[in-house]
Amino acid sequence: MMKPVNQAQISFPSYSVNEGFGRAAVAAFLAQLDPTVADLADMRTAVSEAVTNAIVHGYRDKKGTVYISAKIFEDGKAVVRVRDKGCGIPDVKQAMEPLFTTGGEERAGLGFAVMQSFCDSVRVTSTVGRGTSVTLTKHFEPKE
Amino acid sequence: MSVQLSYKEGVLTAKLTGEIDHHSAREMREAIDDTAQKLKPYCLRLDFMEVPFMDSSGVGLILGRVRLCNFWRGRVVLCGLSPNLNKMVELAGISSVAAIERRAG
Ligand SMILES: Nc1ncnc2c1ncn2[C@@H]1O[C@H](COP(=O)(O)OP(=O)(O)OP(=O)(O)O)[C@@H](O)[C@H]1O
Ligand SMILES: [Mg+2]
Repeated sequence: MMKPVNQAQISFPSYSVNEGFGRAAVAAFLAQLDPTVADLADMRTAVSEAVTNAIVHGYRDKKGTVYISAKIFEDGKAVVRVRDKGCGIPDVKQAMEPLFTTGGEERAGLGFAVMQSFCDSVRVTSTVGRGTSVTLTKHFEPKE
Repeated sequence: MSVQLSYKEGVLTAKLTGEIDHHSAREMREAIDDTAQKLKPYCLRLDFMEVPFMDSSGVGLILGRVRLCNFWRGRVVLCGLSPNLNKMVELAGISSVAAIERRAG
């Protein structure tokens, strides 16, 4: 395993007003990879999905803390992990199916589908009652 | 205000401003629904010209308004989508339930 050339951690309470802060903070950190506007926009969207899920689903019954770590590697790879200590996901495979939602009328059930299509890989580990960790990996080709 | 509403000849236009996420979508939804339910427009036009960012909460916002307008057989039209937003709208397959007006230029 390569060592990251730089890394950052942030955490904040699960208030929905912090969704914008979470994705903006990660995007600001990843800007040092000199990414294209489109690549950075993709990662920003994927982070927004993961952070929103932690707030809306993970901490649906109680407030808690959302943890984000971002690492960048020499070859232009970025790894962003979003964690919550919320309710956890009973069936991760089912949760990741497009259109599956427990969120009711106003949720599309597309968060994981967006993460998967906007990143190179998405890894989810979850334990009911303990929380969920979502790891997003994306390679950034340097701008011309 | 993140939503500016105007009504003309059966068309209700909602000009949305700012990033659309789970946090901001609620206020937008409430503003739109409040007026739409009163006017029952045959066309609800959602203008995304001033929206620099949208995640899947925006998809939920659009699909929810399509469902609402279905009650009186109204339709939803989206306009002003940037390439970023368009990517999200395409992934969600929204073009099967709402018309999409291409951005000029
Ligand atoms: N951090 C989490 N903690 C607990 N459950 C989660 C978490 N993330 C996702 N889930 C579960 O997985 C389902 C699917 O998530 P996904 O993001 O794909 O869709 P959604 O959040 O329901 O809708 P959308 O993201 O389109 O608004 C959720 O409805 C929820 O049941
Ligand atoms: Mg989601």
